[in-house]
Order: sequence, then C-alpha cells, then structure tokens
Amino acid sequence: MDLGLNEEQEMLRKSAREFLSKECPKKLVRELDESDTGFSRDLWKKMAELGWIGLPFPEKFGGNGGTLFDLIVLLDEMGYNIVPGPFFSTVVLSGFTLLEAGSDEQKQSYLSKICSGEMVMTFALTELDGTYLPKSIETAAKNKGNHYVLNGTKLFVPDANIADFMLVAARTKSSSNPEEGISIFLVDAKSPGVRVTLLKTLGRDKLCEVVFEDVKVPEKSLVGKLDSGWPIIKSILRKATVAKCAEMVGGAQASLDMAVNYAKERVQFNRPIGSFQAIQHYCANMVTDVDGSRFITYKAAWTESEGLPSDMEVSMAKAWTSEAYKRVAVLAHQIFGAIGFTMDHDMHLYFRRAKAGELAYGDADFHREIVAAQLGL
Amino acid sequence: MDFKFTAEEEAFRQEVKDWLKAAIPPRWRELPTGFWQETEESWKLSRQFQRNLGSKGWLAPAYPVELGGAGLGHIKRLILAEELTYHDAPVSIETEITVNWVGMALQHFGSEQQKKDYIPRIAKGDIIFCLGYSEPNAGSDLASLQTRAVEQGDTYVINGQKTWCSYAHYADYCWLGAITDPDAPKHHNMSMFVVDMKNPGITIRPLINVIGCHSFNEVFFDDVRIPKDSLVGVKNNGWFQLAMALDFERSGVQTAAVNKLLLDHMVNYARTNKRGGKLLSKDPILRNLMAEMAIEIEVARMLCYRIAWIYSKGGHSNYESSQAMIFGSELLRRISDAGMQVLGQYGQLAYGSHRAVARAEMCRSYLASLSIGVGGGTNEIQRNIIAMRGLGLPRK
Repeated sequence: MDLGLNEEQEMLRKSAREFLSKECPKKLVRELDESDTGFSRDLWKKMAELGWIGLPFPEKFGGNGGTLFDLIVLLDEMGYNIVPGPFFSTVVLSGFTLLEAGSDEQKQSYLSKICSGEMVMTFALTELDGTYLPKSIETAAKNKGNHYVLNGTKLFVPDANIADFMLVAARTKSSSNPEEGISIFLVDAKSPGVRVTLLKTLGRDKLCEVVFEDVKVPEKSLVGKLDSGWPIIKSILRKATVAKCAEMVGGAQASLDMAVNYAKERVQFNRPIGSFQAIQHYCANMVTDVDGSRFITYKAAWTESEGLPSDMEVSMAKAWTSEAYKRVAVLAHQIFGAIGFTMDHDMHLYFRRAKAGELAYGDADFHREIVAAQLGL
Repeated sequence: MDFKFTAEEEAFRQEVKDWLKAAIPPRWRELPTGFWQETEESWKLSRQFQRNLGSKGWLAPAYPVELGGAGLGHIKRLILAEELTYHDAPVSIETEITVNWVGMALQHFGSEQQKKDYIPRIAKGDIIFCLGYSEPNAGSDLASLQTRAVEQGDTYVINGQKTWCSYAHYADYCWLGAITDPDAPKHHNMSMFVVDMKNPGITIRPLINVIGCHSFNEVFFDDVRIPKDSLVGVKNNGWFQLAMALDFERSGVQTAAVNKLLLDHMVNYARTNKRGGKLLSKDPILRNLMAEMAIEIEVARMLCYRIAWIYSKGGHSNYESSQAMIFGSELLRRISDAGMQVLGQYGQLAYGSHRAVARAEMCRSYLASLSIGVGGGTNEIQRNIIAMRGLGLPRK
C-alpha cells in the first residue's frame, strides 16, 4: 500500500498548479464562461505543447505514454484552478474511446491529431431523458450500403459547439436487450444535417443539443464492432466518471483553501472569524470531505487504471464526491458571507461547477443504486 | 499510489483469520457483546482470549518481541486490528487503553524499572489499566483537573475524585494524572503516576451506562499513599506526556471494521426478510441507504489506512487521526440508525426479548453509538484540533 504520488506525479501536480495560475487566471475563466465558445486556442496550444492533451496516450500516436492515473492527478489540478474548454470531452471522452476501440487507422489519423492539439472532439451520448443507461439511446443509424444515415437528438453534449468531430452512440439494431445493437460512429461536425444548439447552463459549461437529421456517415466511420458499442461506452463512462470526480476533488480543495484563507484574515468582533468555533468546525468538516473524496476517487482511479473490476469503486467515488463537493462549496459560501454572493467573487465559479459535476455521468442516487446492486441487494 | 496489500500482508491477514476461527470461544457468540456492553461472563471470556492473543504476541503487536510483542509494522497492525474487530473478537477498549495508551507512554517516558515491571505483563494480557484522567470538573477541559499528589517522605499522597474510569472495577492499576505543583500555571502543574488499585483509600463506585452495563466508574482517592517511584517521566511534565500519549499511532480502523460488520448484517437481513410481502432488499429507499453506508465505510477505511501509511513512512499523524475518529464515530451513529431503519419494528426489541433479532445487536449498537463521539476527546474538541493544528486557524 502506498498512498502517495510518485515523483513524476508530484512534479506534474506542482507544474500544473504553477502553469494554470499563470496561464489560466480567473479573469480568463470568467471570459470563457461568459463567451459562446468557452475555448481559448492559445491555452489549448500551450497545453498540447506541455504534453497534457496526449498525457495518457501511447507515444506512437503522439501521446506521452502516461496512465489514466497520471491524468487524474492533472485533472485534480485543473479542477482546482478551473480550466474551461474541451479538455475533458477531447481527452477523456474521445481519446480513450479511440484508444480502446478505434482501428489503427483511426488512431493514426484522429488520436494523433488530438494529442497534437489540432483536433477537438466530443462524445454525443446522452439523449432526452438525460441518463447514462443503454435504453435511453434511441438515435438511429441505418445501414445504406457503404454508408450509414443518422437520425436523432442528443442532449447535454459537452463542447459540441466547437468540436471538429463527434463520436456518436447510435442504435444499429433493435434488440430486447438494450445493451445490444448500439454502435459508435465518428462524425464530422460539419456534415450536412448536424445542427448544434448551445444550451445556457448553471455551470456555464458548454453543453449542447445536437440534432442529427439524415446525416450521412461513411461505413469506415464505425468505431469498434457493429452493434457492440455498449461495453466500450461502459468502459469510457467509468473513466469519465472517475475523471470528473478528480476535477471535483480539485474544486473542493480550492473552495476549502479559499475559505480557510479568508477565515484567517477576516476580522469581526476584533478577532479573525477563523478563531470562532463555528467557523473552525465548518472548516474541519470541509477538509474531511475533501480528503475523503480524494482518497475514494484516487482508489477508484487506481483500480480502473490497473484494469481491475472497478464498477463498485467508481460508483462509490462519484456518489460520495458529488455530495461532498456541494457540502464544501456551500460551507465555503457561508464563511465568505455576503461577498461570496457577488458575481465579482470567485466562489460561485466553484459552486456552479459542483452542481454541474454532480449531474455529469450520474448523480449520487444513480451511483448508489449501482453500489446497492454490487452489495448483492 | 498503490491500494493493494503485498502478498506477505495478505498471507498475514489469512493467518489472522484462520487463527481467529478456533480462538473465539463459541459461547462469546451467544452473549450480548460489543463496546461498553460487558457482563461478568463476557469479561472473563475476553480476558482469557486476550491472554491467548498475548501468547502469540498479538495483544501488543507493536511492542518488540523481547518485550512480549510481535514487533509488527504499521500495516500488519492495521490488518490485525481490522480482522480482530470485524470478526468480533473479544478485544475492546480495555486493550486499547492498556496496550496502546498506557503501555506506549510507559515505553516512551517510563524508567527502565517501570518498563521491566509493566510492559511484559501488559503484552501477555496479565494486567490491565484504567485511566485516571477525567474529573467531575475536568472533561474536555482536562487541564483543569484538581486531584492532588503531595510528596511526603518516600511517598506521594493522592487525594481527589476521578470519573468515567472504564473498567476500574477490574483494573490492576490506574494511569493517573494529578496536580503536583498547584502554584504553577495550567499544563505545567501535573504529573503522571501508576497507582496500584489495591491500595487502601481507593473507593470505586459504579456508573451504569444507558445500555445497562457497568463499564465506567467514579474512583475516589482518600489519602492514598503510593511509592515515590510511581511517578512516570518528569515531574510536572505530565500534561505533555499525556498529550503525546494521545498522539501515539492509532489508525482507528476498528470503528470502520465495526461499521462494516453491522452493514453486512443488515444487508443479510434485508436479503432474507420481507415487509409488506416484499423483500427489504428490493425497497429503493433501503437500497439507497445501505449503499450510502457502504460508501461511507469506504471513506472511513481510507482515512484510517492513511494514518497507518503515514506512520509506515516514518511520518507522524496530526489532524488526520482526529478526522478518522470523527468520521468513524459519527458513521457508527448513522450505521446504527440505518440498521434500525432496515429492521423496522424489530429493531426496538432488546436483548433477551422474545423475537429479538441477532442478539438485539442493532438495538444495542444504537444505544452504544451515543458514547463514541464523546469518549477519548469529544468530536467538538477533535474538530478544534483539525481546524487549528491541521488548517492553521487561529486560537484567538
């Protein structure tokens, strides 16, 4: 048992903290939050140069040869600083899908471009009922000889507004088992019939509706085996879930640090408010939530990264972290008092993301049900 | 990071499990056991078990082999504690107090003679200590204790009242904190002593806890004369010795293991019992509740593992112990409450009642869990420690 990071991971964490505080200040976060793209090409280029975008991918595709666990360390820091943009959709959702299910040719042409920062990609998965269950996938892909035709509506798709390509989960066969008959296609976002509408969200992240209307997709765009997409999606969802947890852990840590610093400085009744027991106990609860979330998340990430069965661990991490981050953010707001309720203050940037993170890849109830089943209930 | 145990550690876990199968007396499984739930019969069984454990060196696994321990490293001790507790072995707070609090402090601060006199006997399970810390007016504010120890010739004369002394009625010795310099400021006025409980002048009065068991006592000291060499460490330095003794490594994994045991029992109950014609395990609210408990146990366990890991790296845990303690203890209350919810009407049936489920374990735990955020430093004090020591928040 070793609950510490290795030397490279410590270095990555430290350099990420430094780089992001310099290159992604809150001023930029706010600009991107308020923009329609949420994307800074300049920052993206720099992250690609640092090797972050290709961090967990093999060197032969231009990656850095790291592991999922290395990526988790980085995402923790990205959540700490807040980094708007398509990193999550491109690296976690799309990169891992191509790595796990793509053909050599797809990896050469698309994964390489992801690693180099030339291509932004997302995964259009969820539909109108907003769940992560196979039965909710109704978008249809009909085989028309040498191509498929896609029809359907995807909702809550991150960064589709700026994506060059999208992976799309679609039904290619109807079956009594909803896990059967789902296939994944790689679709050029500029294809005729693809209509992207940006949604306005609490998290100010760029979630979109994507409508596919008679979209022609060449046969070679199929990623993985026909009708057998669900196991890949499940694997990607496990990674995305634990990756989202890591971002949330970082955000919770930042909320805690900000609140503790403020409690040391803010004076009322001639003493720092951090000397009052009520505030101290809030902070004690917060740090326990942060540390607990980090351990349960890192354990899930390690389990998945090692290729061990991780359904239980990942769901435990997401159920816990979803609620812990919210608790931490709410207490941080309470410590900041009125100033925290202003647009100018940074705290709401985290509070918003705590909720958005909770909703992504299944909320606490969704994951507790998975844990219940794993317990044999 | 690496969350798995080594093959050697896993083999050790198996060795402990195998040993426990034969070592726990069957009669133990029929009694209402658990912390603060001793009866005369269960006490006798547990003392015998502890001597058996001592003969393997596992009662005081941290002690060096030559002192009767097993010289085990931190991770194996974590494993041992986890398995003993999860299998409901007859070890409890008396072991924790004697072996880990008093024994560790004696090894650190005691004279060579004191170490020789007490440590091997502690490790064998031959003697137990009670704590003489709290007083009627010194609870969380322990430093305001008033019991006096006055030097007279070759002796100290003790006068005062201690309270919440667990197992004083069974204890061979008391680990006593008493004022030795009444003119010195708080924290610089107190010394630690080992007091033989057979001394004349000691009166023990039972305090019956809410479960109905006799675990605690008030202990009165009236002109109790003890030899001068009963003082441990440096005179008037007792506060620092005591504070440090509280810091000796304790992963606290026992609470997480108790919680896991209770959860497993309620999951099992839910899978085999129906309410309104429906299996309890199919009830969405109970499923959600039990899943939440399983998740919180995982968090609790990680917080405890962290402590063992810090020590295994040669570090020193600080606020982390308080975190684990708060989380585990408050979780025990939530788990017990969840268990009562799963059992429904049956949860209220007390031990010995017709139709009580599983020795009324949940009902007893529901009562016992009231104490656990209080003993050994209330959770409020633990939160102060986290805030001030861990996060650097100001005292004033």
